[in-house]
Parts: sequence; structure tokens; C-alpha cells
Amino acid sequence: MAICSFLPELLCKFPAIDDGTIRMARKSVDDGFKGFVRSYGNAIDAVVQPLQWFLNYLERVFVGSPWIFVLIIMVAVVYFGSRNVKITIGTALSMVAIGLVGLWNDTMITLAMVTVCTLISIVIGIPIGILMARSDRVQAFVNPALDVMQTMPSFVYLIPVVMIFGIGKVPGLIAVVIYAVPPMIRLTNLGIRLVDKEVLEAADAFGSSAWQKLKNVQMPLALPTIMAGINQTIMMSLAMVVVASMIGVGGLGKNVLQAIANQFFTVGFLNGFALVGIAIIFDRTSQAFGRRLQKHSEVIHG
Amino acid sequence: MASHAIEVKNLYKIFGPRGEDYVDVVKKGMGKAELNEKHGHVLGLQDINILMPGGCITVVMGLSGSGKSTLIRHINRLIDPTAGEVLYDGTDVCKMNENDLRQFRRHKTAMVFQKFALLPHRTVLENTIYGLEIQGIERRESEKRALGWIERVGLKGFENHYPNQLSGGMQQRVGLARALTNDADILLMDEAYSALDPLIRVDMQSVLLDLQKELKKTVVFITHDLDEALRLGDKIAILRDGRVVQQGTGQEIVLSPADDYITAFVKEVNRGRVVHVETIMRPLSGNPEGLPLAAGTVLETAARTMTGAHINTAHVVDADGRPIGAIDLQTIIAAMVTPTSHTDRQAA
Ligand SMILES: Nc1ncnc2c1ncn2[C@@H]1O[C@H](COP(=O)(O)OP(=O)(O)O)[C@@H](O)[C@H]1O
Ligand SMILES: [Mg+2]
Repeated sequence: MAICSFLPELLCKFPAIDDGTIRMARKSVDDGFKGFVRSYGNAIDAVVQPLQWFLNYLERVFVGSPWIFVLIIMVAVVYFGSRNVKITIGTALSMVAIGLVGLWNDTMITLAMVTVCTLISIVIGIPIGILMARSDRVQAFVNPALDVMQTMPSFVYLIPVVMIFGIGKVPGLIAVVIYAVPPMIRLTNLGIRLVDKEVLEAADAFGSSAWQKLKNVQMPLALPTIMAGINQTIMMSLAMVVVASMIGVGGLGKNVLQAIANQFFTVGFLNGFALVGIAIIFDRTSQAFGRRLQKHSEVIHG
Repeated sequence: MASHAIEVKNLYKIFGPRGEDYVDVVKKGMGKAELNEKHGHVLGLQDINILMPGGCITVVMGLSGSGKSTLIRHINRLIDPTAGEVLYDGTDVCKMNENDLRQFRRHKTAMVFQKFALLPHRTVLENTIYGLEIQGIERRESEKRALGWIERVGLKGFENHYPNQLSGGMQQRVGLARALTNDADILLMDEAYSALDPLIRVDMQSVLLDLQKELKKTVVFITHDLDEALRLGDKIAILRDGRVVQQGTGQEIVLSPADDYITAFVKEVNRGRVVHVETIMRPLSGNPEGLPLAAGTVLETAARTMTGAHINTAHVVDADGRPIGAIDLQTIIAAMVTPTSHTDRQAA
């Protein structure tokens, strides 16, 4: 305060752009965006409609099937993916526990959501990762975008998503994918860039085309890294479905949200543990599966 | 035209963003160190002229960093030249378009790498058929061909192993089988045996020599080991700082090294295995005496034959069996133990 009496006003109080101008700018951006949404809303809805169908279909399959079928199929998938009895038994026990506390249906909804989000992230992430690995220019362009996507508080991009798509499952799905796709892209890029230069040279020397090189050399050798990316994407989807419940995604996340609002301590933790349970199942299974794909790299002698 | 020879002509390679701009200063005599210091470009190769005869093994030898890998990669254009040409059957590899180059690599060349460069996720058999697979040859046919080569290189029974399950020597056999399965005229081997233990290396050299007797491919073999060069090379070119300092047969290089650098290289060589009898024979005087020795026999073999037969004198015969000179055991042993000087060689 005292110092300010000696300093010119300009150096003491930050010369912010005046409120009127900021309000104008904000209003024109917001209005522009709203106008855009109004004029293209139908088109956008049509584009994302298939997502809605796919999600609804999967949710019906998960929730509608008798629990015993779902459990058997899940255990079978985990066993054939991991070939690990411990993980398989752990899966069966956690799912039974989840059922006993009455969270089976909500868990199924969350599972359907995470499955769809992961698939979409893979479908979007791998091609972008490949493009990035092929060109330094693309990498220089995509990397900062990924940085923003990963550091922006996830609540913030719920705003445009809701403005464009409204409230519901599909907007939630889109928000989750935006949040979960960066590791998929990054690790695909990294995996391909780390492929042994001499092996690539050999592929060139035998006259491989770009596609043959990608299919026979780069993707198979990058697979362990890509698997790590899938694993991270799953984990991030699981984290984000809770946040996305704020815009209308059902399942365990919604219960957590209600528990926060009403201070239901037990309900909150039960749902939280159910999320932890499926996170661990996904994580261990995908890691064990990844390791199994790498069987050939075990050194026996030499 | 179809001599299957490779002709490298006036080849320059300068690494760096503006390599072309410095070809002229290099032609005017700027050396590798100066170019790097003044212009930040690396001189890879300068003014390379080598004729690699068809059906022969040409060895390119030099110390690490002398440009051997750079040179061999120009033959299938894994590296683009800054100036010059690489001719095969009259076509300049450096001027091929992308598609022609791919066809050339698929059908005319095959390469073996120092660190094997096998695909770790594929079995021995799947690695071996790689070349045929990308040519689009039917799986059953390519497996049949690959199995033959796997057996030839001594890997029968290992078809379904993964590279990581094999020792270095065996992995390089896979590398060799993969290259041979491609059935190409040109076989490029970049320090293919340098990573192997000495005994296994000699073994693999024998495998190559045996195969070459029958296949008569145009082989370009890179090594930093003079013994390996002398054993394998029908012709040897020695590189130093990206420049050919001498080329010729092994015998020519051992007997008249072009400079101190090569002299130092050849000092430790076992001459008995390099020098041929006709090089040190004297003209025939009168009738041929003693054992007949074919021209091209190396001194060590000649000495062994003569001592085995308890005979001190022999005569050298040419390919048609005509006597062309005389030789005795003493001369042979003397030539094996004392470096033959330049003047001796001219007198002979
Ligand atoms: N891509 C490159 N960029 C810059 N310099 C290179 C490159 N490749 C090779 N060199 C340089 O060219 C010279 C010859 O290298 P190389 O052909 O690999 O030698 P060698 O195979 O005989 O050991 C070395 O000085 C090396 O540093
Ligand atoms: Mg090298």
C-alpha cells in the first residue's frame, strides 16, 4: 500500500483489459459457439448417433443377460487373456462381492461404458499415433494438443461437450474418450519410434512397402508399448466415468456423485471399491495378456 | 550386359543438409576433418571407383568409421549418394524410381546384417520366408524353398524356434538363410560375421565359401578383419576415411601394400596362406622336375604337399597342365617367413 503511493498507478494495479471489453469478447465467443451448435446440432447428432446405438446395445447385453452368463464369460475372458489362475479367481471373487452388495447392474453399466470408450480410444488413438510416428511435423503439432488435453481439468471440457451434445450418455462417452485417448496416441507413437533401426533397415533392404513395414515390423515390435497404452487408457476411462456421471452417465459413477451430495459414507465407499475392483481386473488381465504376447522374447540361451 | 558385375563410379557421400554444395570443395582436396570443422558436414565417401566382378566375392575392408557400411548401403540404395553412380547390369541404381528400386531390392539383392536384424516375433522359418512373403509368393511354395536353405545353413530342427532362443552364430545362420531364400544375384554382407566368436566365424566363412562355389553370386562382404578379407575375397578394396586406398587381390595387397597404413595391416598376416606358388617360382630351365603344383596353390599347401612326399623340388603347371615354372622347398619357406619386398616380386 505504502509503496503504491510512490509508484505510478500502472505498475501497481495490473492493467487488466476493462470489464466491458472482456464481457463483450466472452459474449461473442459464447454466442458464436452457441450459434454454431444451433445450426449444426442436427448434423452433429446424426454423426454421433451410431455411438448411441452401440452403447445402448452393449449396455443391454451386459445388464440384460443373466448374471451367471456374464460372470462365466468374464471369468473365461480373463483366464484366456491372462492364463493366470490367481487373477481369474480374484476376478470371480470381486464380481461375486459386487453382486452381493447390490451393485451388479450399476457395475454392468460402467463396464459397458468403459468397454466402448476403450474401443473408441483404440480406434482413434492408434492411427493418430502411427501418423505421428511417421512425421515429425505431425508430432510437433499433436503433442501440445495432447498436453492440453491431459492437463486441462476434466470438468472444463465437460462444458463444450454439454453445449454441443447436451446431457446424456454420448456426451459422457465423448468426454471420457477425450480424457483417455492421449496415452493411446503417445504410446503408439513412442512404440513405433523405438523400433530397432537395423530391423527396419532389413525390412527396407528386402524391398518392403511402407504398409508391409508397418504391418510386419513396426506394429508387432511396438505392440508391448501399445499394450501399455491400452492399459493406461482403460485406467483413465475408469477414472473419468465418475466425472462424466455429472453429465448424465449412469452406473457406479452416478452413485458416487449422489453419495457425495448426500454424504452417504458407506454407499460412496462401496461404489468406490467396486470401481477399484474392476480397475484391478482390467489392469492385471491386460498386463498379463501383454506379457504373454511377448513370450518369444524370453531368452533361453545364447 | 548381364555380367552381374557392380560398378561403383565416382561416388561421393557427404552427410548433412547441404551435402551437394560441398562436393566441389572435397574434389579440390578438402579432407574429412576440415570439412567437419569448417562446414559441419561429415565426409562419408569420396571418389569411390570399384568394379565388383559378377560371381565373385568382393571384400571391402577398413577400420571402424572408414565408410564401409555407407558404401555397401549405396548398392541397394539404403543411402542415397551425393554424387556418382552405382551400375548393375548397366542400370544406375541411384536413378531408379521408388517402384523400380523396390523391385530391384526384392529380386536382385539380399542383405545380411552385423546385428542379424531378425524379426524377434517370428520363428526361424517365418524370418526366412520374409523376402518371399513381401514378394507375394504363396506361403506353401516359400516355405518349401526356405526349408531347403534352413537345412543348408545347418539349422534343421530349429525351424520353429524364435531368434532369442538361438546363439549369435545360429541367429546369423538365420540371417544368411533369409538372404539366400531371396534367390537374388547380389548378396550384401555388412560385417555379417564381426559379432561372432572366432571359431564360429571361421565356420561361417566356410559355409559362405562352400555355398559360393555352387551359387556364384556377386557377393559384397564388409569386414574390418584382414584375415577374413584374405580368406574370402577374390578381390579386396581397402577404405580409409571414405577413400579407397588400395584395391586388388589379397596377394597383391599383402605383397605390395600401397602405403604405411596398409603395411601395418598386413604385417601380421600369414603369407603362406595368401601368396601363390606362381608368384615366387623361377622360370623353367630344362625339363620340369619333381611334383606338379597347380598355379594358384598357396605356399602353405605347397609346402605341406612337398614335405609329405619327401620331395624338395616341384614345378608349377597352368590350368591346362603345361609347366610354367620351377620352385623348391627352400624358396617356399623363405617366402613364407620373410616379407617379399616389392623388387623381389618384380624379379619373379
Ligand atoms: N547418417 C549419418 N549422418 C552423419 N554421419 C554419418 C551417418 N552415417 C555415417 N556417418 C559417418 O560416416 C562415416 C562412415 O560411417 P560408416 O559407413 O558407418 O563406417 P563403418 O561402417 O566403416 O564403420 C563415419 O564417420 C560416420 O560417423
Ligand atoms: Mg559399419
